[in-house]
Amino acid sequence: MKKINDILMTKDPFEEILMGNEAVVRAMVETGTRVIASYPGSPTPEIAAAILSIPEDRRPFYFEFSVNEKVATEVAFGAALNGNLSCAFFKSVGLNVALDSFVQLSLMTITGGMVVVVGDDPGANSSQNEQDNRNVYQMARVAVLEPASPQEAYEYYKHAAALAKKEQTVVVLRLTTHVCHARQKIRFGARSKPVPYQTGFSRANGPYIALTTMALDMKRNAIQKLRRAGQYIQQTGLNREISSQNSRGKGIITSGLTFLSILDVLEVSLYRPDILKLGAVNPLDEERVLAFLKAHDEVLVLEELDDILELRVKALAYDHGLKTKLTGKTRDEDFVGEYTPDKTREKLAAVWPDLVIPSPALPALSLAVPPRPAQMCPGCGHRSAFFAIKKALEKEDVTVADIGCHTLGYMPPYEMGEILLCMGSSAGMASGLSLFNHQKRVVAFLGDSTFFHAGLPGLINTIFNRHNITLILMENGTTAMTGHQDHAGSVIPVENLLKGLGVESILSCDTYNQSKLTELVRTSLAVKGISVVIARHPCMLKFTRQKRKQPGFVQTHVDIDQDICTQTRDCVERFGCPTFTRKPDGTVFTHPDLCIGDGSCRQTCPEKAIVFGKEAK
Amino acid sequence: MKSFNIYIIGVGGQGIGLLSQALLRGIDHAGIPALAVDTHGLAQRGGIVVSQIRCGDRVHSPLIMSHSADLVLGMEVHEVARGASLALKKGGTLVFPDVSWQPLPVRLGRSPEITAEEVIQACTVLGAVSIKLELGTLPDARMQNMALLGSVSKNALIPGVSKQHYEAALDDLLSGDLLKKNRAVFDGFAA
Repeated sequence: MKKINDILMTKDPFEEILMGNEAVVRAMVETGTRVIASYPGSPTPEIAAAILSIPEDRRPFYFEFSVNEKVATEVAFGAALNGNLSCAFFKSVGLNVALDSFVQLSLMTITGGMVVVVGDDPGANSSQNEQDNRNVYQMARVAVLEPASPQEAYEYYKHAAALAKKEQTVVVLRLTTHVCHARQKIRFGARSKPVPYQTGFSRANGPYIALTTMALDMKRNAIQKLRRAGQYIQQTGLNREISSQNSRGKGIITSGLTFLSILDVLEVSLYRPDILKLGAVNPLDEERVLAFLKAHDEVLVLEELDDILELRVKALAYDHGLKTKLTGKTRDEDFVGEYTPDKTREKLAAVWPDLVIPSPALPALSLAVPPRPAQMCPGCGHRSAFFAIKKALEKEDVTVADIGCHTLGYMPPYEMGEILLCMGSSAGMASGLSLFNHQKRVVAFLGDSTFFHAGLPGLINTIFNRHNITLILMENGTTAMTGHQDHAGSVIPVENLLKGLGVESILSCDTYNQSKLTELVRTSLAVKGISVVIARHPCMLKFTRQKRKQPGFVQTHVDIDQDICTQTRDCVERFGCPTFTRKPDGTVFTHPDLCIGDGSCRQTCPEKAIVFGKEAK
Repeated sequence: MKSFNIYIIGVGGQGIGLLSQALLRGIDHAGIPALAVDTHGLAQRGGIVVSQIRCGDRVHSPLIMSHSADLVLGMEVHEVARGASLALKKGGTLVFPDVSWQPLPVRLGRSPEITAEEVIQACTVLGAVSIKLELGTLPDARMQNMALLGSVSKNALIPGVSKQHYEAALDDLLSGDLLKKNRAVFDGFAA
């Protein structure tokens, strides 16, 4: 077996099939990145998984899960001021959390160099939006490299590290979901021995205090640094042209995975426009773009999400009085979704109808396939919690969601958590909803990892301003949604923290004790001011995986005793564990592949028809 | 070689990741260039998992265009119906075990359950070859993916890739008892 940690720690050059996220970790090893910090989030959690696969005593760098993305950025920055090449990585919306610190970085002399890896999510595969973070990088005056493939993700990280070190600055590696999760065979270089950890911070390397007029001088310096980054990008050939003998005077400017979509479409096109593939999306290589524009009659700027490149290319053409016909986004839909080969093909056909050979329409299959929304796992403690909490609420009460597995409670049959913004926002929103509200009670949900991430300020505000809400802390002991990363709750028990904050009404129980949880929520709702219910149960996905590894493990399950069952269907329609399967005649069975035998469903059956299977006895 | 596209679909927890990696590595062991990508937003939470593999000298993006999959591998009946509707090309091949993990609307009684026979019938308009696997009793439901891999090997569904390549792929990915158990299921369906 080829173990990922052995692959990542290989000494000499080699070839191996890896995922984009894993390839980035090899680049960290090769570049001598010394300090790495992150908060887990899709599409980048496999970076952390690959790092954690290397035993701590063999790991050639320091790694931590920070409490949130802002802190991760600050930790990496601090370590880089000591002279260590550092890295912070996180999900697209993680940059919003990090932003207050992030926008300052280009003003600073970061002696060790710093790379920030951000995983954008065109198509919103696993995020609450598909924001284009390229909008931020111009404001933050940060150089941004954008790979199209795992091979490039590896190479571009090395470029980003080299540039960051050379200019003593921060460089962003912009990944997108299907670059992070693509796999291909990659050629890797050799690994050198890591340099010792540095502790050489000196304020003489600064200035590091950007106040009053200093802020302006530091900005001037940042502008110069970004210009020099542009020179590095030119010299290293990160922007390249793919020329064709048969372009008909047409060209395309693009970057990232969209570039590969274009290549696929052009495999079967009637002619092939030339392509300028930008490996660096900030700063724009104006010389290169100008030369490309001058060499073509028509140029299409084809970019996913926002029109960042398009507007700058158009401004450049205007400034130079160019007559090249420029096209970019023309319809609202051009701003929406991932530029898959299908979408790219459609766009190219709309711009140049003679380019793409129309494919014959296939007959649609006569299958009405029902949607399959994600849901909580069999045995999930959140399911028991929602089932129990719903009983304590009136129809008109307002429930506020937060980010985490428990967000899925908004779906039927629970329909709890009616509003969602972002990580840690529930207590604040609930407070606003509670103002002047004497009829409806307001309940906010919050997960334990999110509580530490960004939930604390909202909660403290609730206490400080004496808002009247009930907060339900869904404590599963891990960061479950992104793959069970550790969080601060393992060191700081949430209950202690709540007591320290002066919350007087704190009730808690295991969510499998459903009737007690219903009672505790009822009690809490009667409290004026802030009341907290800790609804506790370990993540069963994590728990079951650990249990399976133990010797002598026997998989148990539950059955429905068809002699007792009167088909109230509470199990399948109200409790809603995916294990319950409905036959066409209306009878209900448990699915042997899905049931984990936790038995949390048994108390939901008024007829007591759910019984443990024979292996449990 | 001519490009060849494989669309793999199922539900989170069915072992799509391992199946996809075994296929990708098998193709690589056969000396054929290949790319893959997993799309699994909230897969762990019982959502849809798709993995796409593209092989050949002239493939660029790992994402397959609609109705361009030569081979659709489904781990679950509703998902194979979804995969065939989106990805299967004319004259393509469909392989799936008769396993149903009902989606929420079916469990809530708001939508009828799709059967294997309905999928096979619907795909005849594409001139598709459908292979329905009889799983019998497996030591572990999580090894259904190995039954699919075995069937792909047995029916030589990926041009240029044979049993020894998939075996080498499994050796890369698994070890010890887990390898032994998975190999046993694979061997059973590959024979």
